[in-house]
Amino acid sequence: MKARHKRFVLVGVGIAGLALSATLVLSAFQKNLVFFYTPSQVFAKEAPIGKSFRIGGLVEKGSLKREADGVTVKFVVTDTAKSIPVSYRGILPDLFKEGKGVVTEGKLEPDGTFHASEVLAKHDANYMPPEARDAINEAKAANTSRSLVMPKGK
Amino acid sequence: MVPELGQFALVLALCIALVQSILPLVGAARGNAAWIAVARPAAQAQCLFIVFAFGCLTYAFVSNDFSVIYVAEHSNTELPLAYRVAAVWGGHEGSLLLWTMMLGLWMFAVSIFSRSLPEEMVARVLGVMGMIAIGFLLFMLLTSDPFTRLLPAAANGRDLNPLLQDPGMVFHPPMLYMGYVGFSVAFAFCMAALIDGRLDATWARWMRPWTTVAWSVLTLGIALGSAWSYYVLGWGGWWFWDPVENASFMPWLVGTALVHSLAVTEKRGAFRSWTVFLAILAFSLSLLGTFLVRSGVLTSVHAFAVDPKRGIFILAFLAVVVGASFTLFAWRASKVGLGGRFALVSRESMLLTNNALLLVAAGAVLLGTLYPLVLDALNLGKISVGPPYFDAVFVPLIAPALFLMGIGPLARWKKASAPDLALRLRWALAVSFAAAILVPLLMGHWSSMVGFGIFLASWIAASSLVSFKAQFAHVPKGQVGARLAQLPRSYYGMILAHLGVAMFIVGVALVKGYEVESDVRMDVGDTAHLHDYTFRFASIDKVNGPNYTADRGTIVVTRSGAPVVTLHPEKRLYTVQNMPMTEAAIDAGFFRHIYVALGDSLSPTSWVVRLYYKPFVSWIWGGCLLMGIGGLLAAFDRRYRVRARAGAAQAAAAAGLNAAAAR
Repeated sequence: MKARHKRFVLVGVGIAGLALSATLVLSAFQKNLVFFYTPSQVFAKEAPIGKSFRIGGLVEKGSLKREADGVTVKFVVTDTAKSIPVSYRGILPDLFKEGKGVVTEGKLEPDGTFHASEVLAKHDANYMPPEARDAINEAKAANTSRSLVMPKGK
Repeated sequence: MVPELGQFALVLALCIALVQSILPLVGAARGNAAWIAVARPAAQAQCLFIVFAFGCLTYAFVSNDFSVIYVAEHSNTELPLAYRVAAVWGGHEGSLLLWTMMLGLWMFAVSIFSRSLPEEMVARVLGVMGMIAIGFLLFMLLTSDPFTRLLPAAANGRDLNPLLQDPGMVFHPPMLYMGYVGFSVAFAFCMAALIDGRLDATWARWMRPWTTVAWSVLTLGIALGSAWSYYVLGWGGWWFWDPVENASFMPWLVGTALVHSLAVTEKRGAFRSWTVFLAILAFSLSLLGTFLVRSGVLTSVHAFAVDPKRGIFILAFLAVVVGASFTLFAWRASKVGLGGRFALVSRESMLLTNNALLLVAAGAVLLGTLYPLVLDALNLGKISVGPPYFDAVFVPLIAPALFLMGIGPLARWKKASAPDLALRLRWALAVSFAAAILVPLLMGHWSSMVGFGIFLASWIAASSLVSFKAQFAHVPKGQVGARLAQLPRSYYGMILAHLGVAMFIVGVALVKGYEVESDVRMDVGDTAHLHDYTFRFASIDKVNGPNYTADRGTIVVTRSGAPVVTLHPEKRLYTVQNMPMTEAAIDAGFFRHIYVALGDSLSPTSWVVRLYYKPFVSWIWGGCLLMGIGGLLAAFDRRYRVRARAGAAQAAAAAGLNAAAAR
């Protein structure tokens, strides 16, 4: 093989390798994106069923219940407008508290329960996950605009 | 008074940094020896002032000076002394000071251990490092002054985040920062060489030990962080692909590529522009990591800052550094030249492939880390990219690089023969296949993932042995000892680091394949079973720590009746911030960890308990330790010092010896 041919092969192999890895990366990326929905969006059936996604909001006060086995818990996540019941099997993070912000990842069951595979830990007692904060702000914004518009309509 | 002195010292350091970044560079360009000579004393004085400022802040913490906002926010009179010292870097301002101090210490080291370098080179390197120091000192003084007073003083502090009250906190940040910042030396060497237009094997030899030390320390720093999250977060995971972890992992990947590319530049004079490119990239990613972690775009235990001014400052600084360095690179790289040619099958081509794979892997991590942030910043929706993506991408990208790790050290420079390599490695390959089948079967059941991991690990280990044995091919029996002593430290370092990678893979594969976990409800007196072990929940007691109260469980672990260990997991409540924390109890063996953590309390005597059996998990960090030690060993190779003392003849001899070892 001449040097020129060799370089040709090298460049060709390089490009093929790059293309292969780019395909790999992008397809894995596509498959594993986890989207975020607010409880209001889930309520409006905008969220997919049977596919993993995240919801965030506040843990409704008085909603935390434990099954007899002690390991399965149920609670309600709310953005102050709509609420979604969540069930989770496992140990809750240290900073999980009723009335505080939470983000959980899981799948929506056909009966409307959110089956969480993961309840995300926070690192600071005063810290509100941005997803949860935004969900509440959005719900509040939607409420205010509605209350502004509604009287007019009457 | 002391805090003001500290602040004043920082201002002085900034003034010196200004001088250090102008005079030596101009002097080197004009050949003005007096201006060139400014570099060393300026770097040393600057380092001294930064260390002094750091000392002042430490003093404020140790003496509980709550008239300093930063101290009031991160300490408390009840905090134990060791954590009061570690709390210096427990927040944004202090960790920036730590960053800057590390930069100062690296500059100091360069000014001391550079006697063999041409004066203009030293002047340029220190000048560039001075510019980086200006950026960080300005950042600190303008947006995040650790010495700002609080008037009137607080009666007591808000305490350090309980997660940070751990021995890991004492070591992890300084190590990690030392590694991060260490890439600034490699960066400065490259900038100096680009300005000078001189990039050759000698230059690579100067730069190489610095890069290797930075890489080793970064490796250890990341491993410490991983071990810390393993036992502090109470989830038993050792890596979460959290953006903060990725921020330190990307410079590591590029740094690994750089270490290997430098080897080619030093030995063969090839890959020169590539090396420069990697050095710029590694340091840019270090800065990006600092930006991600410190700007508040990420929310985690590391993100202290929420002040948008800070984020914008770091982003602007990042833009200037990256922009300027790549412009310089584009302008001057053509003068650098490409270096020696090599064949399709050669050590160079394998190292190049390894570099490309590492870089693509770093790119994939970057995509997964930045994409959600960018999308969020542009208000295009909220998404997250979790571990499944990184696992799916990372394994296939890195596996070929790991396979090449076995062949590379045996291949000749310039042109290697594929049949010859196959012949020399046939036993290593057979052993690896056997191990891939046998080890998983011995562990319980065979799975393709574990088998693949074990195959790669044994392949690296076995081929390292082949390479080591080849060193004695033509050595008479009586002289084996002499040959052992004659082999350069860099060779031992390489073998050790590669074995570390093998050990790491064994740990990852076996933990992933055979860990068992269970969350169970236990009342006092209950027993639970996991793997071969029986766990009896003997009692739960109230205990008081210096700044917390805790429920302390006693769990007796037995194996077929014989006692194994008694563990004491705790659920702590840190009183100042009223923050609960899980303190896991771990029986750390060489072959397995037993990990017990208390979950939620159902009643005073009834708890949810998390039990883990984790085989070979300590091999993950053991492997990292070997990599770090191997790197340090290589960095302190004799040839870097021989060159300092004697002339070129001796260096040539050392290089010849090395080349012999490489074969």
